[in-house]
Amino acid sequence: MTLTEIVFLVFAVIAVGSALLSMTSGQLVHAALWLVVTLGAVAGCFVLMTAEFVAWVQVLVYVGSVVVLVIFALMLTRQPSGARSAEVTGNRWVAAVLGAAAAIGLGATMVAGFGGEQIEGRRIGTAGSIGDALFNDWVLPFEILSGVLLAALIGAIVISRSGSDR
Amino acid sequence: MGELLDAVLRCLIVLGAFLTLPLLVGQMEHKAMAHMQSRVGPMAAGGFHGWAQLVADGIKFVQKESITPAAADRRVFELAPAVALVPYLVAMLAIPLGPFFGQTNLIGQDLDLGLFFVLAAMSVGVLGTLMGGLGSGNKYSYIGGMRVAAQLMSYELPMVLAAASVAMAAGTLSLVGIAQEWEPWWLLTQLPGLVVFFVAGLAELQRPPFDAPLADAELVMGPLTEYGGMRFAMFLLAEYAGIVVLAALTTVLFLGGWAGPWSDHLGWVWSLLKIVAVSFLVIWARVAYPRLREDQVNALAWKVLVPVALAQVTLTTVLVVA
Repeated sequence: MTLTEIVFLVFAVIAVGSALLSMTSGQLVHAALWLVVTLGAVAGCFVLMTAEFVAWVQVLVYVGSVVVLVIFALMLTRQPSGARSAEVTGNRWVAAVLGAAAAIGLGATMVAGFGGEQIEGRRIGTAGSIGDALFNDWVLPFEILSGVLLAALIGAIVISRSGSDR
Repeated sequence: MGELLDAVLRCLIVLGAFLTLPLLVGQMEHKAMAHMQSRVGPMAAGGFHGWAQLVADGIKFVQKESITPAAADRRVFELAPAVALVPYLVAMLAIPLGPFFGQTNLIGQDLDLGLFFVLAAMSVGVLGTLMGGLGSGNKYSYIGGMRVAAQLMSYELPMVLAAASVAMAAGTLSLVGIAQEWEPWWLLTQLPGLVVFFVAGLAELQRPPFDAPLADAELVMGPLTEYGGMRFAMFLLAEYAGIVVLAALTTVLFLGGWAGPWSDHLGWVWSLLKIVAVSFLVIWARVAYPRLREDQVNALAWKVLVPVALAQVTLTTVLVVA
């Protein structure tokens, strides 16, 4: 086992462990902060896989913005600090089973699709190579995705404005 | 062995800069603000024009009692100052200062994706203030924390767009590469981007006129209300380190970094001079403009800065392709 693999394993354990803590924490703020640790550890995994661009974007977008957005939404709806601020519903176990099924399914797909593949050097993780891939091979899915996001944006505006007319 | 020594030496230089430059900016704020307001500022500490005022402040902070409020979320409250401070130290590792007497580059580490690295580190720093607001168990801190979150979400986008415009013009995401590609006419074509970047940076640091989260007249001290002693000092240091990082980033991206006469040897002097000049602008903005109301802060971001940044990106695209 190389040093990289050991560090990768450490990051992976941190990611999974803090994800579990995030799900089981009784305080919403702690849940959100454990999510920060999870996302940061995943970014560490990306760095070790030489996907530096993805790693920094992960930190910038997910840790820097999405988690802040989550915390902001929690703050607007209720007081998220204090013990037992997180709600435990009866759906908890169904959600756990579904989450485990999704994780196993995605993991199996990854192993089946890319198991045993070797990454040579640093050629696929750079901003240039990702840009090339996005705008040459994957330009159609990329554009469809941007259309979906635009539709979601317009939908959010319509929903939030319809209340003010009444 | 030589490589390891080199790395350690660079880290020590960055650490030294991290501990001195924010203090210099802090002292400049004391004196510049005082003179702009027809005062003299600190004069006694250290003898010559109060140069040791911040050292004395530091000694005072160390001696103060460390208090954690009973209602606070203890771990979050205690961790927050470190989360606010460390990202700026990490960000400084990747900011180039330019040639240093034959040495090619005075920098912690030249990264391919330096720009994204620094922006990512800066965006993490704000989490510290947010944690302080949530963990203090104080309603003023809480409202301040909400304002921090709203402000961060509004200003992240124009800041990244303005930085992306420069990266497009230079054709690289490496900070060293961007500064080397810089040409004087960028001062004109990238001017809207420069203004957007600087204003969004001010807002991200919660510096006046964008200090609605701290707003001492309405929220006591916002997320920092419950902090005292060393923890408060760490937040203060984070604020000034943030000014240095913002000024350094503005210098490298928009002002050509170490470009100037005899830059082969004195490049680092030019960089430092430009950083001090931009820091002075940050301080000037504090004295010159009244605090924006919370809704004005967000309206400015979404209705002015984002459209200007998008127009800047379009302009850069046209110039690069043409």
